[in-house]
Amino acid sequence: MTHHTDTPAAPSAAIPIVRIEGLSVALPEGADRPYAVDHTSIDMYAGRILCVVGESGSGKSMSANAMMGLLPEGVRAVKGRILLGDENLLAFSEEKMRDIRGRRIGMIFQEPMSALNPLMRVADQIAEVFEAHGLLTPAERQARAVELLTEVGLPDPKRAARAYPFQLSGGQRQRVVIAMALALEPEVLIADEPTTALDVTTQAQILALIRKLQVERGMAVMFITHDFGVVAEIADDVVVMQCGQIVEQGPARAVLDAPQHDYTQRLLAAIPRLTLAPRAMPDFAPLLEVRDIRRTYVSGGGLFRPVRRVDAVRDVSFTLGKGETLGIVGESGSGKSSLGRCLVRLQPADAGSVTMEGREILDLKGEDLRQLHRRVQMIFQDPFSSLNPRITVGRTIADGPIAFGMSRAEAMDRARALLERVGLNAAAATRYPHEFSGGQRQRIGIARALALEPEVIVADEAVSALDVSIQAQVLELLDEIKRDLGLSLIFITHDLRVAAQICDRVMVMQQGACIEIGPAHQIFSAPEQAYTRSLIEAIPGRARDLAGQAA
Amino acid sequence: MLGFLLTRVGKAAVVLLCITVLNFLLIHLAPGDPAMVMAGEAGEADPEFIAQLRAQFGLDRPLYVQLWSYVSSVAQLDLGYSYRQNLPVLDLILQRLPATLLLSLSAFVISLGLGVLAGTIAASRQGKPADTLISTIALLFYATPLFWFALMAVLLFSVKLDWLPGYGFETIRSGYTGMERVLDIAAHLVMPAFTLGLFLMAVYVRMTRASMLEVNKHDYVRTARAKGLRPALIQRRHVLRNAILPVVTLAGLQAGQLVGGAVLIETVFAWPGIGRLMFEALAQRDYNVLLGVFVVSAAMVLMFNLVTDLAYRLVDPRIRTT
Repeated sequence: MTHHTDTPAAPSAAIPIVRIEGLSVALPEGADRPYAVDHTSIDMYAGRILCVVGESGSGKSMSANAMMGLLPEGVRAVKGRILLGDENLLAFSEEKMRDIRGRRIGMIFQEPMSALNPLMRVADQIAEVFEAHGLLTPAERQARAVELLTEVGLPDPKRAARAYPFQLSGGQRQRVVIAMALALEPEVLIADEPTTALDVTTQAQILALIRKLQVERGMAVMFITHDFGVVAEIADDVVVMQCGQIVEQGPARAVLDAPQHDYTQRLLAAIPRLTLAPRAMPDFAPLLEVRDIRRTYVSGGGLFRPVRRVDAVRDVSFTLGKGETLGIVGESGSGKSSLGRCLVRLQPADAGSVTMEGREILDLKGEDLRQLHRRVQMIFQDPFSSLNPRITVGRTIADGPIAFGMSRAEAMDRARALLERVGLNAAAATRYPHEFSGGQRQRIGIARALALEPEVIVADEAVSALDVSIQAQVLELLDEIKRDLGLSLIFITHDLRVAAQICDRVMVMQQGACIEIGPAHQIFSAPEQAYTRSLIEAIPGRARDLAGQAA
Repeated sequence: MLGFLLTRVGKAAVVLLCITVLNFLLIHLAPGDPAMVMAGEAGEADPEFIAQLRAQFGLDRPLYVQLWSYVSSVAQLDLGYSYRQNLPVLDLILQRLPATLLLSLSAFVISLGLGVLAGTIAASRQGKPADTLISTIALLFYATPLFWFALMAVLLFSVKLDWLPGYGFETIRSGYTGMERVLDIAAHLVMPAFTLGLFLMAVYVRMTRASMLEVNKHDYVRTARAKGLRPALIQRRHVLRNAILPVVTLAGLQAGQLVGGAVLIETVFAWPGIGRLMFEALAQRDYNVLLGVFVVSAAMVLMFNLVTDLAYRLVDPRIRTT
């Protein structure tokens, strides 16, 4: 995907379609700050895409929800106006707002997996938009649904119309949500992180689709994202928000190339760069030898049912050196997580061999397996569900060493030391996980993995759930600890930017097989496989990276 | 679909066989047998007379022979003969089964219908007086023993107010026919059915309410609001349909319990169903009747479960394709 041609700057005489003036949205008492959105003014013009950028909690979604009149319970717009044309939406009754929703302002959401009712056919859900506004006959609604599905580029729209959401992929579902939002040709489209949950190639397709529809219909689009790569790809104008306030706004080019505000500069600097200098590749002594490992999921298959087989990992081989960081990248369903779990023996492999310093680990049992778990540790993706909420952080970290015979006092001392090592306060040991932010919890996860002094750490999407600036800090921490302790790291991620930043070598997986493996800079600058190339080309904002390199 | 049905019916048959064997063995573990009870009632404990009775009932044969002959006759839908009542067991049960089915099904419909309705109202008025009232009443029903409700209901509606008949299936020797008879039976049915359904109704109220509040937080409800749909339609089409799935699952499991719960209610209200038949047979060590009741109620529970699974496949498209 190439960078779109620049739309001319909005003429100053043009009248904005939406004008948000001095909007303040109050949070319920006891929240971490009084206002989610604090005295914010934004103008949106027909035919332009406005990106609202900021980290989680910056108030970017709240502004959009205020526009739709869909603020969560207890949250209220207390000051300012939201003008659509010359009517103030904030003064509208719920009844009048219902008429605006769907008809004049459409909305797309972040999670395509959960944005559709699982029990209703796709066509019925699209037809509902017409029904809500009392338009067309039921038969016409169904016909329009199929037309809309064609327009958003679903293959076989007739069949898709009769499908249930679970029968569609994430990207397809997002297309359905877009079809729904556009059904009544609204003047304004709000897209709240619509591509965050998607794979990079699907993301590129959806971005292109939104761009295309926006141009065709001359809509004003508010595109909310935390990803500056996406901004570079799609924005005409940019608004940067921090803690409910706008810190910078202007045309996309100006904000991206010459950010004025310190916060914007920091956010931009935190984006992992794609352009890499070749890293020094010391001769790593081999530590882990993986040969033809295979993992097949068998489902169904009762007494009377046929068996369904899915090859999650197909004959993957590689060597991990001592002190090396190996990235495993691929789209969802490519088998990268299954591979990681097999290596840690959280899941049995069906065939193949994994040797650690010459010793087979796939058939270890009992005490030997316990000893293996001590040497190979895992860091999980979700910092919110991977820590036991009822156990103090110190206890979570100390549990491993205690299980291996360390005295409780000594283990707690180590837990405190580790917490300091990962950049937290030693006093954190007595607190519970819910008292920490996402980034802090992931640091705790790292401390927990380190407690047993492992030699190999498998990090499965360890930074995917974090904001860019936090992501950068956690990556730095991981890299530093790895070097200090001489650890080997297997870093599983769908985010190629992150892989580019931290890995010595990168392995690309597709449908369970390893299709390419090599030094990171080589994979990114001269990929051999077409699939790898398509993955890299789909990375949002890549054109900017390349331009930056040329300059 | 047909394959699914055949599989499930096949599995049900295996389960039924296991239940029959298990029940048979359990009953023979208990001390005493029909011959002893009959001899005792006749006021004579002559060992020869008892032995003669046992030979007559086939009780003197080895246990495995008795088991085999019982299981094979059950397979041919012959549940044996009740020597106490001088009637085939199947006839006895078929006489009583309609009353029990009527009672259980009415209780099931009442509990599920009212439970889901009240739960929906409570959820859509969360924190308001209607919610508090419904939740409190549900908790009361949930916590109070069935028989106490049964007795109080009889005292209040039958003895004190004289609105409803307090016992029996219909007015004896009334000579009612047609519609009159239906109304008469319905009047007799009200109290036992409601009492039997109360506990489960409370369970469904609480579950529907919790489930709806949970579903309300889902993204697709927000999507529905973004379309501009009216709240009532969102509640019905998007929230309730999804929220009811766990309730259906539970209702299917509990339907079996209704049959069991009926024993108590049938006793209190003198309702001539198989619950009371079983109770009498137990006291008289009437093995064949007892076993027959077990087999029939097990078959009913299995049938209820099958119907639930079918219903579940109708409401949830995700189940259909797996």
